[in-house]
Amino acid sequence: MLRMENVTKRYKHRGQPVTALDGANLTIGQGDFVAVVGPSGSGKRTLLLMLGGMLSPTSGRVLFEDQSIYDLNADDRAMLRKQKVGFVFQTFNLVPYLTALENVEVPLYLAGLDSSIQQDRAESLLERVGLGDRMDHKPSELSVGQQQRVALARMLANDPSVILADEPTGNLDPETSRQIICFFEEVNREGKTIVIVTHDPRAAQRAKRILRLVDGSIISGTADWEELHVA
Amino acid sequence: MQIKTLVWREIFERKSQLATSFLAILLGITVIVSIKNITYYSEKAVAREMDSLGANVLVLPKSATLQDYYAADMQGDTIPEEYVTQLAISDLEGLDNLSPKLSMPVELQGRTFTLTGILPKSEFQAKAAWQGAGIFSRPMGCGAMPTLPFASGDKKTLVRQRVIENLDNDEALVGADVASALSLKEGDKLTLLGQSFGVTAVLPQTGTIDDSRIFAHLHRVQEISGKGPVINAIEIVGCCQEISKGLVQKINSLLPDAKVVTITQIADAQIKMNQLMSRLSLIFLVIIVFVGGAGIANDMYANVFERRREIGTLMALGANSFLILRIFMLKALLLGLVGGVCGYALGTFLALTLGPKLAGVPVLPMPMLALWAVLISVGLALAASYFPARRAAKLDPCATFQEI
Repeated sequence: MLRMENVTKRYKHRGQPVTALDGANLTIGQGDFVAVVGPSGSGKRTLLLMLGGMLSPTSGRVLFEDQSIYDLNADDRAMLRKQKVGFVFQTFNLVPYLTALENVEVPLYLAGLDSSIQQDRAESLLERVGLGDRMDHKPSELSVGQQQRVALARMLANDPSVILADEPTGNLDPETSRQIICFFEEVNREGKTIVIVTHDPRAAQRAKRILRLVDGSIISGTADWEELHVA
Repeated sequence: MQIKTLVWREIFERKSQLATSFLAILLGITVIVSIKNITYYSEKAVAREMDSLGANVLVLPKSATLQDYYAADMQGDTIPEEYVTQLAISDLEGLDNLSPKLSMPVELQGRTFTLTGILPKSEFQAKAAWQGAGIFSRPMGCGAMPTLPFASGDKKTLVRQRVIENLDNDEALVGADVASALSLKEGDKLTLLGQSFGVTAVLPQTGTIDDSRIFAHLHRVQEISGKGPVINAIEIVGCCQEISKGLVQKINSLLPDAKVVTITQIADAQIKMNQLMSRLSLIFLVIIVFVGGAGIANDMYANVFERRREIGTLMALGANSFLILRIFMLKALLLGLVGGVCGYALGTFLALTLGPKLAGVPVLPMPMLALWAVLISVGLALAASYFPARRAAKLDPCATFQEI
C-alpha cells in the first residue's frame, strides 16, 4: 500500500544542515495499523508528511499503491490526498468559522459532490462519532474532545483507504484519548490502513506495529512497546 | 458547502480586518464619484459661462479680418448662405451653434445703426433634408445651452447663445443703445429703409457692438440689402475639446473659399478650465488607486498570513492551488462589488449635498458613474489581491503541521 525506498530528507535550519530522514525503507501493507514513535526531532512528522504527499524527499522514492507519488505534480498529489488519504492533526485544524457539519462537508465539497449528498454524508458521519446534536456548533463552541471527533468525521468523509494521524491524542485527556484510539481500531477493522505519529505509549501499544525513529533512521519495527524500549 | 460559503463565512468571521479594506475601497470610490459628479456639473456650468462670452469660431470671407468682425462685420465682402447648409449637414462634431449674419448700416433719426440679419434655429430644423443628418441630429457636445429650460422661447437668449429659436419676418430685436437712443420698447413699431418691423424684444446691455444693432430675420435683411442669399459671417460656438482636436482645420477643408478663425482667448480659457477639471479627477484617481490598492494588498497579505494553517489544512484535504487562488479572488470580488456600490451611493450623496455648497452648481446623480465605480473598485480589489492570493496558492501545506 505504502512504501518508502531509501528515502532521505535533508534541509537547512538556520544555516545548519539537518538530516530529517536518513535512508529510510518502509513497507506498510493494506489494513496495517502502524504507530511511529521516537523522540522530538527524530523525523516522525517528516515521515508522515512524505507518506501524505506533502513533502518531497531529497532522494529515494515514496510509493502509494505502486505509484511514485513525487513523480506526480502538486495538483495530482492533491487529487490523490482528496481521494485516498484522510488526515488528522494534533490541533484538529478545523476551520474556525464553519460549523461542525460544514467542516465535515469540506472534503466532500473538494471531491465535487452535490450539496445535498454532502449534507447527508456529513450528518451520518457526525452521528457516528456521537455529535449528532452538535452539528451546528462552531469549533469554539465544542470541547477539545468533541473537536477531535469532528476531525475524525472529516477524516472519513471521502472514505479514504489510508489514514495519517499526527499526534491525534496529544491534546486530549486519557479518557478521550482512549475513545479516539478505539475509533481508530474500529476503522482499521473496516480495512483502512492507519499510520499514527504519537508520543503516547497507550496509543502506540494499540497499534499492530510500532516503528521507532531515532535521528532520522528507522531502528525497529515491532508490535511490542516494552520490547521496543528494551531494544 | 460551496466556495461561496467558505468565502462568505470567512468575511464575517474577520469583520474588523475586512472593515479596513472595505473602508479603503469605500472612501476611494466615494471621493472619485463625488469629484467626478461635481466636476461634471461644474464643467457644464463653466461651459455655460464661457458660452456667454460669445462665439469662439468665425467663418468670414477671405478678405475680411477679425477687426472687421469686431467693427460690426460690415466689410463689403460676403460668403454664400449655402455655407451654413454645408456646415449643418456635415458630419463635423463639436458645432454647438451656428449663427449666420448679414449686416448693413441703417440711418434712424439722424444716427447710424447696424441692421443685422440672423437666421432663427427653427429654420435649420424645419428643413426636412437636414433632419436625421447633420449637426442638429446629434447630441450637443460641450454646450448645455440647447437644453437650458429657460432658453426656449426667450428672444433675449440671443445675447448669450448667438442664436434664437424663432424670429418672424416682421420682427426685430433691438440692442440696448438703439432702444435708448430711439426710445424704443417692446411692442413699438420701427421702420427701416421703408420696411415696417415690430420690436419683439429689447436686448440687455452687453457692452459690445451688439448694443448698437437691430436684429431682424436674415432673409428679410438680404431682401432689403438686395445682395441675394449671402452673409458676412457665420458665428460658431464650437466645443472646446473639438477645437483642440482640429475643428478649425476641418471647417477650413469643408469651406476652402472662406476664412476660418478662432477667437483664441475664449477657446483657450474653455480648454484650460476643462483640462484643469480633468487633471484634478485624474490626480485623485491615481492617488486612490495607489493608496487604496496598497491598503487592500496589505490586508490581503495579512489575511493570507493569518490563514496559512487553514490553507494548509485545505491543501492536506485535497484542495489544489487554483481553488485557494479562487477563494481569495472571490473575496476580493465581493469586496470590490460592495465597496463600489456603496462608494457610488455615498459619493453621489456627498456630491448632491456638498456640490451646490462647494462649487455653487446644482448636481444631479449620474447613473453612468455607478458602472465606473464598480469597474474601478472590482478591478482595484482584484489587482491588489492577486499577488497575496497567489502567495496563498503557493503556500507550503507542511506549514499546517510545523506551526502547531
